[in-house]
Amino acid sequence: MLILDKKSVINLNVNDEEREVAVRPSDILLTTLREQLGLTGAKPGCLNGDCGACTVLLDGWPIKSCLMLTVEAIGKKITTVEGLKNAPIQKAFVEEFAYQCGYCTSGFIIVCHALKNIHPDATDIVIDDWLQSNICRCTSYEEIGKAVKAVLAGQYKSSPTPV
Amino acid sequence: MPKTGVGVTVIRKGAYSKVTGEAKYSDDFVLPSILTAKIVTSTQAHARIKKIDLSKALAQTGVKAILTGKDHSLLCGPIIKDRPPLAKEKVRYYGEPVALVVANSEYQAAHAASLIKVEYEALPAVLSPSEAIAPGATLLHENLGDYQIAVLDNYPKAKTNICGHIKIRKGDIGVLEDCDVVIEGHFSLPQSDHVAMEPRTARAKIDADENVFIKTSSQSPFEVKKMIAELFALDPGKVIVEVPFVGGGFGGKSAVQLETLALMASKAVGGAEVRITNSRENDFVSSPCRMGLEATIKLGATKEGLLKAAQMTYLVDTGAYSDIGPRLAKAVAVDCSGPYYIENIFCDSLCVYTNHPYVTAFRSFSHESSTFCIERMMDKLAHKLKIEPAELRRRNSLMPGFTSPTQVRITNSNFGDLLSCIDRVKELIGWNEGIYIDAGNDVVRAKGIACLWKTSNSPPDAHSSAFITFNQDGSVNLNCGCVECGPGMKTTAAQILSEKLQMDIKRVNVNMDVNTKYNPEHWKTVASMTTYMLGNAVLQAAEDAIRQLKSLAAVIIKCHPEDLEIGEERVYLKQDPTIFLPFAELVHGHRYPNGNSIEGPVLGRGSFIMSNIDLLDKETGKGKSGPAWTVGAQAVEIEFDKKEYTYRFLKAATVIDAGKVINPKIAEGLVKGGMCMGLGLGSREHFTYDQEGRFEDTSLRSYKVMHFGQTPQYLVSFVETPQIDAPYHARGIGEHGIIGIPAALANALSLAAQVEFDQFPITPELIWQLKTGGGV
Amino acid sequence: MIPFDFEYYQPSTVAEAIDAFTMLDEKGKDPVYYGGGSELISMARLGNRNFGAVVDIKEIPECKVLGYANDNLHLGSALTLSEIIESKQFPLMEKSAGRIADHTMQCKITLGGNIAGTIIYREAVLPLLLTDSKITIASRRGVNDYWIRHLFHKRLNLQKGDFIVKVSIPQNLLQIPYFHIKKTTNEKIDYPLLTTAGLKTEGKLKIAFSGLKAYPFRDDDVEKVLNDEHLDFQERAQKIAIALSHDILNDLWGSAAYRKFVLVNTIENILQTMKDA
Repeated sequence: MLILDKKSVINLNVNDEEREVAVRPSDILLTTLREQLGLTGAKPGCLNGDCGACTVLLDGWPIKSCLMLTVEAIGKKITTVEGLKNAPIQKAFVEEFAYQCGYCTSGFIIVCHALKNIHPDATDIVIDDWLQSNICRCTSYEEIGKAVKAVLAGQYKSSPTPV
Repeated sequence: MPKTGVGVTVIRKGAYSKVTGEAKYSDDFVLPSILTAKIVTSTQAHARIKKIDLSKALAQTGVKAILTGKDHSLLCGPIIKDRPPLAKEKVRYYGEPVALVVANSEYQAAHAASLIKVEYEALPAVLSPSEAIAPGATLLHENLGDYQIAVLDNYPKAKTNICGHIKIRKGDIGVLEDCDVVIEGHFSLPQSDHVAMEPRTARAKIDADENVFIKTSSQSPFEVKKMIAELFALDPGKVIVEVPFVGGGFGGKSAVQLETLALMASKAVGGAEVRITNSRENDFVSSPCRMGLEATIKLGATKEGLLKAAQMTYLVDTGAYSDIGPRLAKAVAVDCSGPYYIENIFCDSLCVYTNHPYVTAFRSFSHESSTFCIERMMDKLAHKLKIEPAELRRRNSLMPGFTSPTQVRITNSNFGDLLSCIDRVKELIGWNEGIYIDAGNDVVRAKGIACLWKTSNSPPDAHSSAFITFNQDGSVNLNCGCVECGPGMKTTAAQILSEKLQMDIKRVNVNMDVNTKYNPEHWKTVASMTTYMLGNAVLQAAEDAIRQLKSLAAVIIKCHPEDLEIGEERVYLKQDPTIFLPFAELVHGHRYPNGNSIEGPVLGRGSFIMSNIDLLDKETGKGKSGPAWTVGAQAVEIEFDKKEYTYRFLKAATVIDAGKVINPKIAEGLVKGGMCMGLGLGSREHFTYDQEGRFEDTSLRSYKVMHFGQTPQYLVSFVETPQIDAPYHARGIGEHGIIGIPAALANALSLAAQVEFDQFPITPELIWQLKTGGGV
Repeated sequence: MIPFDFEYYQPSTVAEAIDAFTMLDEKGKDPVYYGGGSELISMARLGNRNFGAVVDIKEIPECKVLGYANDNLHLGSALTLSEIIESKQFPLMEKSAGRIADHTMQCKITLGGNIAGTIIYREAVLPLLLTDSKITIASRRGVNDYWIRHLFHKRLNLQKGDFIVKVSIPQNLLQIPYFHIKKTTNEKIDYPLLTTAGLKTEGKLKIAFSGLKAYPFRDDDVEKVLNDEHLDFQERAQKIAIALSHDILNDLWGSAAYRKFVLVNTIENILQTMKDA
């Protein structure tokens, strides 16, 4: 049985790398990723699971890292936005102007990326379902919708460097 | 084909940093040494602080300092200095900061904060502006008359809860009673919130040379510098404010609040760097929110629907402290007529204290609220006179030669083409297909329209500036002080420069952050005035640089500078473009083959200051408050279920006279974002309090904003009537998408439900209440 | 940022879980069982809940079961709502779970957490009440099955130290005609004004409610009225609304009177939609 009764050094698999972090059992994953690994792409927007700005992937599925203990991630694969290298969704977001201030963008990109992998034939209903998990206060969501649909339709491919 | 200039869609500067998670916002700078401060907030709306027990908290490991009202005598406020950064003796709103805990780690600060006990003695809470101005109302600020006022043109009334009063006295109000028709309306709009995705955050430190560094998520770095220097009696040259990317502002981050607390905390720990970040709950309630409004309006018109006279009273709910509230009240008055000609106006716009959270600027600076009132009145008038609502608005449009409420003469340049906006928005929404369509099965489709206008209410000396330098290859660097908080002002400024220099936008670099030490001053990134102010400064700086380039090139080519033109990073002879010098050989001076060098580096310098902006006349309100208006028309179509009283959005359309659209995709996105926010405001966003003015809930769990999949089809179009004094004739449009949407929505729903909605948000329960009286 | 410390235990068997909890309880550590954690973390952060240790049951195989045995579909309490939805074995549960919180939250919220947590709606229990399912509880006295309707009255009546292992739904009820209607203030994802779920078996409707009162419930008398062919649809809806009038929730999301109005309309809609099912 895994027991952690004080601050401990544990291993996490983050973006396909084994990383060591020192955490209390009560530390949340979002804080550990940001403050110990410098992965500040996932953001605190509400710390309550309501806004999605903190979304990362856990074994390929989106979860809100503000409502997860870091220790729950032992033995799982975590993917943050920094782990995406020129994913099609990133290019789509740039070209479709699917962002303004950019604060919610990491969260949306993670959700869209997972959606493409898990439901490549996602219908509009499924897209709505998945993306209702994230709030954007700057845009009207229209550009985000266009970007994700374009990626699902295969319109954006990975490219080596941004132009 | 390289992209140059204005009127083209170019990818935003900084795009890839945002989609890769690389973009850094103020609290992304992780430092092992940084201390964290947490605030303890009031659980009462109005109370005397009897006792604060810090004993347990002080004993906790890692706690370096705890501050309360006893530790300072500061009073803050951009207009009236009425707000203590930590409550002194009294709390005036639920959520007011009462104590500040500074500790080595966030965990330790949060833990200690949870151990602080505050005892209150409740006072009667004043919960609406009308309650606040009633005779015998409890006073929030007994010392209102003693407060320092930072401006010349605000007149609070001592011994009352009125902290500002703007009067419009135009023409003869006696005309009202002689009008063919007079209608009256009462409106009540609650406070709501900006809900920027990045909660507010600031950090401060003082170095050994007594330089004060502040890093903050702010729309107003130079205002922060000014306020902090004044408040703490510091040499402004030693106050350095840094603003990286900002995760949304919408006006909420134009106020100065956390920066003051961060510096107080840093001072208490010998200058060590301290960060303070709002929880979402604090961001809602402790930091300032959007104003509330109560209004009573009487409009008099001819039977052809021509407005003749208006009598209006507006009460701006500014909450517990004034902040920018008096200017919001002013903005209400300045544009109180809507974009319509009303010859005789008697308007009183009061800024009123209540025991609600205090307010600051919110997208469109009161216009979303005042427009709701006037546009509902227009629909009531249209209904009474049986005139088609869009037609009524057309008939009353301001035209060149007519005057605004503050008696500014309208011109094509300062107003634009409202009629074309109305006509085009009707086309977009399908207005002529019918605005009330019974679709059977208890379902009705209805459309509502609203016109908008907005001018700015900046200080009369608001200013901006820009510097231009070049790199050795001839590419250019724009150095400016506007903040990147969403609307893409950095890209706009770069496009303006790219147009003026006739250079590929990719060869124009611009600083994405702001540092008051290195960037020249820009008033604030607010008011949709950045394109105008900074854009003009950029043009001036570009002209300065071009003059230097031409002057130097003329020496080398041995011609007159007037014979030279620039383009494609060259200075060339107009009459024979094959004779040219590339920028690269000029920008750092020119070196002759024998080594002798002359004239350089080229440095472009541009300044802009508002001109001919007046302080309004105290008795009549006469005066010019902004350089121009941006006008537009909006429409919303909804589908309404007559049985269940629910509705959904079908279409929302906006046509704005943009003067010149600098970047079509950015402009469209900005307007749609504003429209989405307007739909949220009109349908679901508001603060709710219990009977004692305490919040029932302060989270996104109960305060709902628009989500993906709930929005209508958006239709946006632009008209372009030049604003002559604007860079490339471009009018400000950043805020405007929101302005008329709550009104257009209410007009559509009033038509659909056959009930007058004179408030928002309009929820299904509200519709049910008004339709059925609220019982089953 | 949870402003207090606690210990973390991750047992790999039911017995380890019970033993850990018992030991921690006896040491005065105030342990709680931990599933998805969203409720516990949120409440802990706001200072509304305090505990000295968590016992995370997500790695116990019996709590992750998703399959058939003995004519029942077994769903482990540590399955996430998303896992249950993606399995596509139980349409009514898919619908119920699919409207609890947003999709990303569904990837973390567990079946057990929704049923036994603090938030009052517990919409995942509705399909279980309707199908008269069994619930398997682990306690110091061993692992035992109970009829859910015996154990669930306003909330699941568990002793301290008990936790849900799984639920067992009769296989023959998984694909029968059903309805699920969730009414909210405005948004699709929100706490309910009123959630009604139901089944039609042998020509009769069964119905369960959440959001109407401060607890989910089934009511035999209400079901009698719902199926009373002597009354027309409107009469049945009115009679049910009167019968359920007391204790209707009055909160930020909606007043009691409004909920009652929504109830009447919803019952009428259900009767209309399900009459030919």
